[in-house]
Amino acid sequence: MAEKAAKQTKNPRVPMPEQEPRIRARNFLEVPTGYTAKMAQDEAARCLQCKKPGCVDGCPVSVDIPGFIDLMAQGDMTGAIRNLWGKNALPAVCGRVCPQEIQCEGKCILGKKGEPVAIGNLERYCADYERQYGTGELPPKQPATGKRVAVIGSGPSGLTVAGDLIVKGHDVTIYEAFHKPGGVLIYGIPEFRLPKEIVAQEVNFLERLGVRVECNAVVGRTVSLDELFAEGYDAIYIGVGAGLPRFMNIEGENLVGILSANEYLTRANLMKAYKFPDVDTPIPMGKNVVVLGAGNVAMDAARTAMRLGAESVKIVYRRSREEMPARKAEIHHAEEEGIEMFLLTNPTRYLGNDEGRLTGMECLRMELGEPDDSGRRRPVAIDGSEFQLECDLCIVAVGSGANPLLTSETPDMKLNRWGYIDADEKNGKTTKKGVWAGGDIVTGAATVILAMGAGRLAADSMHDYLTLGW
Amino acid sequence: MFTIVRREEMAQGTVILNEIEAPLIARKAKPGQFVILKAGEDGERIPLTMAETDPDKGTITIIYMVVGKSTAIFRDLAVGDGYQDVIGPLGKPTHLEKVGKVICVGGGTGVAVLHPITRAMKDVGNEVVCIIGARTKDLLILEDQMRGASHDLRLCTDDGSYGHHGFVTEVMKEVLDEGGVKQVVAIGPVPMMKAVSTITKEYQVPTLVSLNPIMVDGTGMCGGCRVSVGGETKFACVDGPEFDGHQVDFDELNLRLRAYLADEKKCHEDYCTIRDAR
Ligand SMILES: Cc1cc2nc3c(=O)[nH]c(=O)nc-3n(C[C@H](O)[C@H](O)[C@H](O)COP(=O)(O)OP(=O)(O)OC[C@H]3O[C@@H](n4cnc5c(N)ncnc54)[C@H](O)[C@@H]3O)c2cc1C
Ligand SMILES: Cc1cc2nc3c(=O)[nH]c(=O)nc-3n(C[C@H](O)[C@H](O)[C@H](O)COP(=O)(O)OP(=O)(O)OC[C@H]3O[C@@H](n4cnc5c(N)ncnc54)[C@H](O)[C@@H]3O)c2cc1C
Ligand code: SF4
Ligand code: SF4
Ligand code: FES
Repeated sequence: MAEKAAKQTKNPRVPMPEQEPRIRARNFLEVPTGYTAKMAQDEAARCLQCKKPGCVDGCPVSVDIPGFIDLMAQGDMTGAIRNLWGKNALPAVCGRVCPQEIQCEGKCILGKKGEPVAIGNLERYCADYERQYGTGELPPKQPATGKRVAVIGSGPSGLTVAGDLIVKGHDVTIYEAFHKPGGVLIYGIPEFRLPKEIVAQEVNFLERLGVRVECNAVVGRTVSLDELFAEGYDAIYIGVGAGLPRFMNIEGENLVGILSANEYLTRANLMKAYKFPDVDTPIPMGKNVVVLGAGNVAMDAARTAMRLGAESVKIVYRRSREEMPARKAEIHHAEEEGIEMFLLTNPTRYLGNDEGRLTGMECLRMELGEPDDSGRRRPVAIDGSEFQLECDLCIVAVGSGANPLLTSETPDMKLNRWGYIDADEKNGKTTKKGVWAGGDIVTGAATVILAMGAGRLAADSMHDYLTLGW
Repeated sequence: MFTIVRREEMAQGTVILNEIEAPLIARKAKPGQFVILKAGEDGERIPLTMAETDPDKGTITIIYMVVGKSTAIFRDLAVGDGYQDVIGPLGKPTHLEKVGKVICVGGGTGVAVLHPITRAMKDVGNEVVCIIGARTKDLLILEDQMRGASHDLRLCTDDGSYGHHGFVTEVMKEVLDEGGVKQVVAIGPVPMMKAVSTITKEYQVPTLVSLNPIMVDGTGMCGGCRVSVGGETKFACVDGPEFDGHQVDFDELNLRLRAYLADEKKCHEDYCTIRDAR
């Protein structure tokens, strides 16, 4: 065992091939192009098949990582994908977007001395293989229970609930406010990181299982929760995400050329504005672009701006590199593509011309002081360090909040003091009978896999309710 | 698909009416609310106010001015065609209350938006004076409907071809001077709403305006529709579209409406060139 471990640690992790930075920075095709069969075999062979696998502890939904990798290594791709599906309904998505370095891969034993197994890449390979060569066979469904479930929101958590409950024999309808299902996977995360085709196929899979998808249905406006119950639904799941953009609240914020990341990415992804004028929705083409924030959303916005032809794109972030919340891989990709990092920098006001258009912003340099509540060292302004950055487009990606559209129409459901839905951590139950909630609308902006995990817990609890009672 | 069951042209084909099958929306809509429509797969999401709804028939009616590419595409839809997507009802309904004498002022296609609000104001028991205007007689829309929706209809044209020769604000001042006006509702081009609000502020008459910033989702998710009201940023799609006219920063709204002007002009011209060539 020790000998085997020593040998495998020496085998370097197989990198996934990627488009050249200079080329990909101007197109919308996916950046990492995927493993070949040989690469996948080599990488799978690096796994030590630990008896007490740390990686599984690191995964929020406890994917049986050594299990699926072992099946892959034996060439049983069907077995591997079945194994993955047991815990994770969207492996093609998670393999691409999970922050593996702080989850599964962050706990892989091989990471202690060298590089961890590329669990995300293997997961992606399995799911892509299934999409390309799989039989597309549907999982067996349990006999119809006659119970009806409404799922509000078609993001990863809503899709998980719908998939779980339809195979348990319930009748499921998804209500989605936008004209296309998929949530952030469709309107937020760009094509070059998550091809929309993958999301469309996942939704199609659910539809083939019998899930109905009603788009253009803004629950709280088009129909209320109580009206859904009156129509005959027995249980409702709310997975409406954290769709409220946060701004900086500094001078000049309403100048033309300042957009929330939500707006910018929705125009680019959902409305396909990068094809304007072949499609009808425009998007501002910045020459000098500044993106505020350093999470995944900020990286996606910055890299989109670069692809739309910007001459310069800068990330402005008030903390230091260690605190940047984005996936490491995306920060690396962004830098390779020529995006500049202005760290320890805080904007204080926007500057505009007399047409009300953005021309620049004033910033202060920061230094790290004492740790704050979150344990991170608080950035403090350096006196007299003001300087100006020229820019004609600024994308604000400093976080999001709870959208009150649905919750304000549902006064008998308890919210926490930030406006997120108060739901039981163990099972997703809200304080309103027959209503569950999960994903970003409960936790605040988090991750795809956490939203899916919450969906699974809620689906189990909903199933109990529908078969046993509240 | 949301099928068009009736189509009319007004104001020499520059203003179009569509009655559309949308039963869920028709059932819920209240005066002052709007929908977002998208014609086809690659279409833009366009906000338009519901000028009328018929819950029994399950239809909603929109009236829009053809100003750019998307509204030009809408114009080319015939009865039996439809919109791929219609989302609504969106926005807050008009706050309706019996206050006494009310003036409803409309300009351009603002008249279409004003129509259901005027009727509702009358229905709750107010005495409604309605003033509508357009550049010239042929562009004046919904005259008969507005007469039916109010107690007293006054007409204006900028060129004097019909009714009072001049702006709606001049007629409004006369009515205000008669006294007793408790509320003004003004809907139309931004400069008109601004002018109305400036005058009514002097008279200290509460004034409601309906704002039309550029929108994407219409659910408070993107912040593209933000407007400054009383120094605070509001999202017109969820906090509005109606606001206190005395508090609105109209100049900012005007600048923000021009955000995509150059792009849209170009793409509208291209669309018309291609269409005319067919
Ligand atoms: C740009 C961006 C990049 C990201 N990158 C990553 C990443 O790399 N890795 C990662 O793990 N996470 C990432 N995230 C976070 C992740 O996408 C979210 O945590 C996750 O999508 C939350 O899922 P959800 O199902 O709770 O909600 P969402 O995905 O937000 O879906 C909610 C859905 O509900 C709909 N809805 C809202 N209100 C209503 C209503 N009233 N009626 C009907 N429907 C409604 C919305 O239109 C939406 O489609 C990213 C997020 C963004 C915005
Ligand atoms: C809540 C709301 C309700 C509305 N109700 C009506 C209605 O009942 N009838 C009607 O005719 N119009 C209404 N509008 C305006 C309508 O949405 C715009 O005219 C339409 O979006 C223009 O689209 P386009 O592609 O044809 O023109 P574009 O090519 O997008 O624009 C052409 C011109 O219109 C301006 N413009 C762009 N977007 C808007 C906008 N959202 N509002 C105003 N001007 C804009 C541009 O600056 C440009 O000058 C409403 C707008 C809002 C926000
Ligand atoms: S779901 Fe995400 S965290 Fe879990 S194993 Fe897969 S990539 Fe890792
Ligand atoms: S910790 Fe690493 S080596 Fe061990 S089972 Fe998990 S992936 Fe394999
Ligand atoms: S249109 Fe997006 S927030 Fe109002």
